Amino acid sequence: MLDTASRPFLEVAGLESWYGESHILHGVDFNVRRGEVVTLLGRNGAGKTTTLKSIMGMVGKRKGSVRFEGTETIGLSSDKIARLGVALCPEERGIFSSLNVQENLMLPPQVKPGGLPVEQIFELFPNLKERLSSQGTKLSGGEQQMLAIGRILRTGATLLMLDEPTEGLAPVIIEQIGHTIGRLKAQGFTILLVEQNFRFASTVADRYYVMEHGKIIDSFANSELAANMDKLHEYLGV
Amino acid sequence: MTAQAITSSAAIDAAKRRDEMIAFAVMALFLLVAPAIIYPFFLMQALCFALFACAFNLLIGYVGLLSFGHAMFLGLAGYVSAHMAKTGAVDIGPLHLHFGPVDPVLAIVCGVAASAVLGVITGALAIRRQGIYFAMITLALSQMIYFFCLQAPFTHGEDGIQGVPQGKAFGLIDLSHQTTMYYFVLAVFLAGFLMIHRIINSPFGDVLKSIRENEPRAISLGYKTDQYKLAAFVLSAALVGLAGATKSIVAQNASLTDVENAMSGQVILMTLVGGLGTFFGPVVGAFIIIAMQNYLAGFGQWVTVIQGAIFVACVLAFRRGIIGEIAHRLGLSL
Amino acid sequence: MMIPLLNIPTQALFGQLLLGLINGAFYALLSLGLAVIFGMLNIVNFAHGALYMVGAFVAYFLLNIAGLGYWWALILAPIIVGAFGIFIERSMLQWLAGLDHLYGLLLTFGLALVIQGVFQAEFGSSGLPYSIPPALQGGQNLGFMYLPKYRGWVVIFSLFVCIATWYLIEKTKLGAYLRAATENPQLVRAFGVNVPLMITLTYGFGVALAALAGVLAAPINQVRPLMGAEFIIVVFAVVVIGGMGSIMGSVVTGFMLGVIEGLTKVFYPEASNTVVFVIMAIVLLIKPAGLFGRTA
Repeated sequence: MLDTASRPFLEVAGLESWYGESHILHGVDFNVRRGEVVTLLGRNGAGKTTTLKSIMGMVGKRKGSVRFEGTETIGLSSDKIARLGVALCPEERGIFSSLNVQENLMLPPQVKPGGLPVEQIFELFPNLKERLSSQGTKLSGGEQQMLAIGRILRTGATLLMLDEPTEGLAPVIIEQIGHTIGRLKAQGFTILLVEQNFRFASTVADRYYVMEHGKIIDSFANSELAANMDKLHEYLGV
Repeated sequence: MTAQAITSSAAIDAAKRRDEMIAFAVMALFLLVAPAIIYPFFLMQALCFALFACAFNLLIGYVGLLSFGHAMFLGLAGYVSAHMAKTGAVDIGPLHLHFGPVDPVLAIVCGVAASAVLGVITGALAIRRQGIYFAMITLALSQMIYFFCLQAPFTHGEDGIQGVPQGKAFGLIDLSHQTTMYYFVLAVFLAGFLMIHRIINSPFGDVLKSIRENEPRAISLGYKTDQYKLAAFVLSAALVGLAGATKSIVAQNASLTDVENAMSGQVILMTLVGGLGTFFGPVVGAFIIIAMQNYLAGFGQWVTVIQGAIFVACVLAFRRGIIGEIAHRLGLSL
Repeated sequence: MMIPLLNIPTQALFGQLLLGLINGAFYALLSLGLAVIFGMLNIVNFAHGALYMVGAFVAYFLLNIAGLGYWWALILAPIIVGAFGIFIERSMLQWLAGLDHLYGLLLTFGLALVIQGVFQAEFGSSGLPYSIPPALQGGQNLGFMYLPKYRGWVVIFSLFVCIATWYLIEKTKLGAYLRAATENPQLVRAFGVNVPLMITLTYGFGVALAALAGVLAAPINQVRPLMGAEFIIVVFAVVVIGGMGSIMGSVVTGFMLGVIEGLTKVFYPEASNTVVFVIMAIVLLIKPAGLFGRTA
């Protein structure tokens, strides 16, 4: 038990990755502890989405080390990585247009025992329950995001990677998603979040990493956010 | 672009042109003396197929359109020119013109015209879809032309048109003399080859290549890509027609073999073996496949098996083809 | 009783209609397989016609070598040919992922030449007989026409297989994986689904459907090495007409064109070989994406 408690839940070291010929990540190092909400910040093109996809094994080629609960995953295919308990909610949401809401929700297979029961997902996102037979892509942007998050909660995955869950959504829905992330954390999920909107991130995150040019360039805890505000504005160019 | 970049790209262009010119000179010289060492009838047949493959390559290699029905142009032109050279009778609807056997050059022109017209019709249909659909549509249309040739009276169905007179080109050059015929075919081939080279290196050819690379972008740049594709298709059909018409005068017959879709497969194989999108690849591929057919004729159906296996091997492990591979290894443009 | 309709005896009319339905059933089964394979592999399987032929030959071998009759063939031939398809996918097609779609067409065209060539070299071009199973011999006089039992069986069984396939793909969990993986294979894989295995099995399944059609065809058309070579071209035209986007679309288009072809044989036999291609040309002019196509 001591071992699992002291080791980081997710340990990324010297991670490099490529899309075809283009080298995107140049040695990314960071870690996430069990039960934490960690946010990756950075400008567009800094490599945040690629980091999530690389952890998931969805890029052409990768090097370095990604350990999940102590297991090295760098040589594994993405379906094997998912089976260890890692789940991704992609930036473009990835709702399937040829599947209805129910099918979209039930699509990801159970990878481990202990996922949220469907009733609890409906309790988090009541809208979904009313639209089960609609075509997936007929939902509003906010509902699609809820569906995209909801469907990875069922599977028993313990590390949830959410890529810009608030992008393009109305404030009231952003608030609902923030609330949901809080509840998921309370239930023991570990969350790795990519966000441009650090005002939103500050309501949920424990720690931050800042990325630039395919590398981590800074990190701090949520309590240090105020002190780092000037630096952050510079990093993010806002 | 900096001045240096311009000079270096001009230098590359000059080097490219030089490679092509040397290769062309080697090819032309070889073909000029070849009848001394190689059976001329084989050479003439191979040259017709080489032109066929070059014209096919104009579409697949430079516009990215895979036609699975190019046999229809080869076969139709062959029938039309054989018919004109033999009887010269035109009976279309109310039209009844009987010229008697026409000059072989005129017969060939008629064949080319027929293929070009067929190219306009089939091309206009096929370019309405892209990629694999384009291939399936051309295949289906060519099958339809096959049935037409099987049933139309002037083609004589299963028998084909036999005993086509070779006649005198322009009323002067006696094509029944084999050596004369060879140089006539060589002239046709070289003219067709140079024309394709000219098309591809023209501004029109640049637009075609940009369609191959990225059609949506070519459209967004304001090119009416459908018109370019159709023009390329018709040019290709007409040049294939030139090959088919010449072939029927050389072989003195026209038969269903040339309209069968197996023939469409053959031309793809020739081009693939030689190298898609290379100038000289289709020529080399045609010579290899025709030679192979002649040598392996005794093996019957196993020739088909061997050809299929070459297809599979080329797609899996040798996608550049012979000339493409040589050009790649030596850093040349061929 | 014979009621002439436009001077065509009703017996002949319904007889051709039935033949049309049977051809339509084969079009449907083959284009269905092509559509399923295209969805997952992005490959137009040119070898489909050759594998349809292999299905018929497997039935012939089972009977003449192992003594296993039609009903066994109906089960075993799709399994054997499906396994062969899995071998093809694992050994060749999987290496084409990421290349231009045209290479898949060229490779499977080459495969078709190899398969057809081998059978032609061994068996020549003439047909081998395969008799109708005893339970389905004879027929029924329906009054307006004589219905050979076997032909009725082919139509009904094919329809059943088409509907079962539709149900499998549109209504089951497995089908949901398949549809999702057609849209976004990377994401489905990232959910923990073994997508490469699904791709392999899909090819095996599509090919098994072709083999099933081959077994059904054996007693009607005899067993010939080139039975699939011309057939596949018509099936391609059917696919262009229907579009490969919809399962039901493939089935409906297949049956419809079979019937139209049958009727053409009655009213204008000269055009019966080409009517499908003419319809294809008309559809291209009016609705280029195909009757059930999604994108313009």
